[in-house]
Amino acid sequence: MPDLPHLLDRRLLFVTGKGGVGKSTIASSLALLAAEHGRRTLVCEVDAKGNLADFYGVGALRFEPTEVTPNLYAMAMDTEDSLKEYLKLQLKLPLIMRLGPLAKTLDFVATAAPGVKEILTVGKLAYEVRERNFDLVVVDASATGHVVGQLASPVAMNDLVRVGVVRQQTEWMLELLTDPATTGIVVVATPEEMPVNESLELIGRLRAETDIDVAAEIANRVLPELFGRSEATTFDRLDSPEGRAALASIAGAASDTVLNAAELAVSLRRNRAAHLNDLRDRLPAGIPLINVPYVFARAHAMRTTRQVAEYLGHEVL
Amino acid sequence: MAKANHAPTIEELAAAKEIIISTGSGGVGKTTTAAAIAALAAMEHGGKVLVLTVDPAKRLANALGLEQFGNTETRVPDSAFASAGVAPRGELWAAMLDTKQSWDDLIRRHAPDATTRDAILSNPLYQNITSRFVQSHDYVAMERLYEIHCSGHYDLIVVDTPPTRNAVDFLDAPDRMADFFSSKLLRWLTAPYRSRVVSMASKPFYAVADRILGSQFLEDIAEFFILFQSMYAGFVERAQAVNRLLESAGTTFVVVSTLEAAPAREAEFFLNLLAERHLHVGALVLNKVVPSYLLRNDAAKAARRMADDAPAIAAQLGSSYGPPDQVERVLREVGESFANYRLIAQREAEQRMELSKVPGAVVTVPYFDEDIADVAGLLQMGRHLWR
Repeated sequence: MPDLPHLLDRRLLFVTGKGGVGKSTIASSLALLAAEHGRRTLVCEVDAKGNLADFYGVGALRFEPTEVTPNLYAMAMDTEDSLKEYLKLQLKLPLIMRLGPLAKTLDFVATAAPGVKEILTVGKLAYEVRERNFDLVVVDASATGHVVGQLASPVAMNDLVRVGVVRQQTEWMLELLTDPATTGIVVVATPEEMPVNESLELIGRLRAETDIDVAAEIANRVLPELFGRSEATTFDRLDSPEGRAALASIAGAASDTVLNAAELAVSLRRNRAAHLNDLRDRLPAGIPLINVPYVFARAHAMRTTRQVAEYLGHEVL
Repeated sequence: MAKANHAPTIEELAAAKEIIISTGSGGVGKTTTAAAIAALAAMEHGGKVLVLTVDPAKRLANALGLEQFGNTETRVPDSAFASAGVAPRGELWAAMLDTKQSWDDLIRRHAPDATTRDAILSNPLYQNITSRFVQSHDYVAMERLYEIHCSGHYDLIVVDTPPTRNAVDFLDAPDRMADFFSSKLLRWLTAPYRSRVVSMASKPFYAVADRILGSQFLEDIAEFFILFQSMYAGFVERAQAVNRLLESAGTTFVVVSTLEAAPAREAEFFLNLLAERHLHVGALVLNKVVPSYLLRNDAAKAARRMADDAPAIAAQLGSSYGPPDQVERVLREVGESFANYRLIAQREAEQRMELSKVPGAVVTVPYFDEDIADVAGLLQMGRHLWR
């Protein structure tokens, strides 16, 4: 038995990484994979960019989860809605109470007092887990720069708020977040310099500033290796002036352009492989590295989500 | 739409403007774009050029000498240019934004007296805000730009914007800061802690807020805002001045994007917003674009033939390039790889059509094999931008 549970056997997964590395792709695919393996799954978009809906080819997501495929529910975080729900549930405030002005005031306090918005986000997600409304909650979380603040918000709140309802709330939240059997962070990078460095820095910060377990590192958009070693030698010979001339006389002059494209593919792959090795070497022991290949697809819609889910399935199941 | 004059190139913008703001969603290369524009401007136009960056790649920061200096403006040594085989006409300077440091400086400048200053600097909420409050980066970046511009030390300042959740957040930051300090709610919130007499009107709110947050926390908040309010006038005035600077004729925006769907959509949204606010859009930079030869139909046909007729072609080529079965596999792989990359090129071409209706210049920068990590690389990218 491994020490830690299988990725999909956790209850709450935060997917993060540098901007542009494909966080939403990975979050939507992980959720789809889980749903297809019988887990009642909720996937939540935290940054109101409205991208997540595209990955399932559905209309705009709302705070209220909607079923996008069997077993899979999707929602978009809205801190004001989260606050309303919280007040209703925790304070047992009568429904007739006008939330309008109060919500506005608290929204204002939230802007002023750091951590309030973050805790409304994390709190809602943790609540869904605690109430066992879903087997797994996958969060398409903020980018590396912001996610530590988001995840550390219960700690920050605990430090700042010494009494009151919030204090009681942060205690169970922290318990849930810091239990590695329940909660894990999935850090995504593409095999490029900045994303790899940010990934590793983030893991360092998460370990220093929070007690939340890093469940996996995902290398996304890994380019395919075109040739094995001896094939590479053959390619180099074909790519020589004589080889190019011979090929052009058989396949037409445009074969030159095809070889240029192959050179590009080889050098892109080589460059990225170096960063991938760097990531593998510097990744702290105990964190699994999962590779997801580049998907040469027309658009990032359900088709790609499904393909990435299949790749993830090979790696994590 | 008929245009009498062509849109100015980035080279012309760099020569004519005082401030260039590089913006776009995360991961598109806006830091490198900003540094490349600054490096080439210093190289060719001369004068003093500063690149103010938020979060550069380590190796690039090293190349610019930013590792040690951070918030302080530092001259990039001529030796960095010499190793690229050139001598700049002007001076290239660089500074990295340190949010915490910039905030502390701001408090020191605006605080009415030493007691208030120290009280704010040691307030737990202040420390949380400066280190964790996401929007504080946006505000302080623009504030620092304003301060450096006013110093009159530079002919051109190229700024790289913070990686905000939304590329436009930083534009709202000065306004939001002003709103925040002039807000009635703020006065209402802090009123009872100032007068110690809670008015009837505020009671229901305090009752609920008290139950949620506890009175200690509310008092912390109130103290913090009471302290901050003493700097109200200074902040609001400053925020307005920052906005005027962004709107001035000396400032232009360069929007950076790749041709992938999500960044392109963000770029389009941002371009519209800049237009709405009558801010100057200088150029759209399309970065990391795959080569256009992938779109050639004759090449696609040749690739298809190489994949489909690999055995026949390999047989004709004979064994001078390798064992025929291996030549066959290589041909097939090369042909299929072309088709894969052509798909990306086609997707990008379509995305470009969507984006090309911008008022400014549209510049394409190819995907470089290596990450840009020295002045030579910046100048190489700069030359693509200059076109």
